[in-house]
Amino acid sequence: MSKIASWIAVAGVALHVAAGAQVPVDIVAFDTPNDAGGSLTITWPRAEMSAVSSYRVYVATAADGPFRLAAESATPGLKSGEPALFGYDDDNERFHVVHIRDYATGQADERAPLQNGTLYFVRLGAQTATGEVLGAVASAVPGGNWFNTAKWNNLILTFGLSVCILFYISIARRKDLFIRRIAGLEALDEALGRATEMGKSVLFIHGLKGMDQISTIAAVNILGCVAQRTARFDTDLRVANVDPVVMSVSQEMVKEAYLKEGRPDAYRPDNVFMAATEQFSYAAAVAGMMVRERPAAHIMMGYFYAESLLLAETGSTTGAIQIAGTDAYTQLPFFVTTCDYTLMGEELYAASAYLSREPKLLGSLKGQDVGKALLIGLLVVGTVVATFGVDFLTHLFAAL
Amino acid sequence: MLFMTRTLPFLFCFAFGITGFAIYYVPHQWAQSVEREFALWLRLVYAFSYILGLVSLLSLHWSKIRQRQAGWAYSLVVYISFGVMFLFVVYNDGKGPFTSQATTGPYQWVFTSIHVASSATMFSLLAFYISSAAYRTFRARTPEAAILLVSAIIVMLGRVPIGAYISDVIPDTMQWLMSVPNMAAKRGILMGVSLGAIATSLRIIFGIERSYLGGAGD
Repeated sequence: MSKIASWIAVAGVALHVAAGAQVPVDIVAFDTPNDAGGSLTITWPRAEMSAVSSYRVYVATAADGPFRLAAESATPGLKSGEPALFGYDDDNERFHVVHIRDYATGQADERAPLQNGTLYFVRLGAQTATGEVLGAVASAVPGGNWFNTAKWNNLILTFGLSVCILFYISIARRKDLFIRRIAGLEALDEALGRATEMGKSVLFIHGLKGMDQISTIAAVNILGCVAQRTARFDTDLRVANVDPVVMSVSQEMVKEAYLKEGRPDAYRPDNVFMAATEQFSYAAAVAGMMVRERPAAHIMMGYFYAESLLLAETGSTTGAIQIAGTDAYTQLPFFVTTCDYTLMGEELYAASAYLSREPKLLGSLKGQDVGKALLIGLLVVGTVVATFGVDFLTHLFAAL
Repeated sequence: MLFMTRTLPFLFCFAFGITGFAIYYVPHQWAQSVEREFALWLRLVYAFSYILGLVSLLSLHWSKIRQRQAGWAYSLVVYISFGVMFLFVVYNDGKGPFTSQATTGPYQWVFTSIHVASSATMFSLLAFYISSAAYRTFRARTPEAAILLVSAIIVMLGRVPIGAYISDVIPDTMQWLMSVPNMAAKRGILMGVSLGAIATSLRIIFGIERSYLGGAGD
């Protein structure tokens, strides 16, 4: 039965082709957008009936050949599958797309990459029941692109938010801005004061990430503010590090803070130290320190992984005041559970501005909040219009 | 002197910050090669910084041994472990220090059988820590804690077969909790984090915040 069906299909294709309705093999070839180069993109109309068993793309460096096989596929992708390149047009369902980066040289399995700046001639071959149908030759030159057009939305959004933040920084120079109270930072003085009264040390714990992460930079900024206060209160501050670059920067920060408070003699470089470079060795070393030395306050700032609960739970059993701050949302529940105060998400970034009360820094916080309000507004509008089947906003903000 | 300690680092920060920002939008191979070069330099800086880290670690533990501080014996273990591992690395399963590290031999054995096993032990402690932390948190003393307790019970039961055995509603409710309120909170935090990261980057790139250079707000 299936054999009869396939014969009918072949006969149908033969009649279709004979009637002049050709298999679509005429292609459009162009340099692949948004890439570093060395790639061409080929598009052609999708065949209306299943007359084609597979497609082959041939490449040559001269118009008259020889054409070499660059790609072969029985089920080439559709333009609709690549919104980063072709957008969300409904018509994209009707076109196939293939990207080629190299082609067979004809010698064993050797393949030659496409060279930027070289003119290539491309043609498509459709394998049908009656043989291969070849299309017209198209040409294109591969090259690198200077802007990724799929990131326009990202650039505009970043630019808009940056303007908002810089605007509020300029406003903050002229007038006082209201900044909401952050309980975790208000409690910092209480924790440091308690350590001073008890004559015990304060332990500052960095997260696992290096100096190239914003959360670590934020943590180091908070360390500066903490160090100034410990220098003022004459309290011992110990800083455990997992990264040598963070350690060096932290040493410099603490030293500078002690100098600023007129207590350079109180600064001890050994108090800012490497505990370990591995995650669980670090957790073991710091947890041991918490249990043996019993600091009065633990301040955990930065990006944490699984060691967060090991540290915070050990710290909580020692009875120390614990203040944590992280932008790792997976670890936030652990800190909320085990610490006295937790800075959540962007509060970590806001901390140094909040503690220093520098008008310019506070302005950036205000700008950040206004940016967040704008995004929430857009989210609400986007949710409403998407509910009614309008995808415009969803597509506008899609990460491509 | 102020130029070397303040102005020059700020200029570097500004130039590299703007370049890094631009590279994100430029797919051209020149931009990619600049990015690769940055990554290479970063690795070089890190390689040298590890010497600083090593010196700090050894000096910290040396002072503990010298002053016979509490737990000084652990510091002795650090020194012995460091010495033994250093010798094994140099020995390199008989191939010497000037070839790439062998995948067999005493160094690999110690690393796999002691270091990895110890790390796994530390990780496994999490199970007990989660239990003790959960016990404290789930005491329904406030309305928020009560909601947390009920949600946690539903999620825990929904994740195991017995939940579906009790009622089909439990896995469905668990799925709803995870994909609606939990996802909404997660995305809210992520949105705030992203905005905070943009604001912090701007403050650093434009020199509004220079406390990372030492001296808050200078």
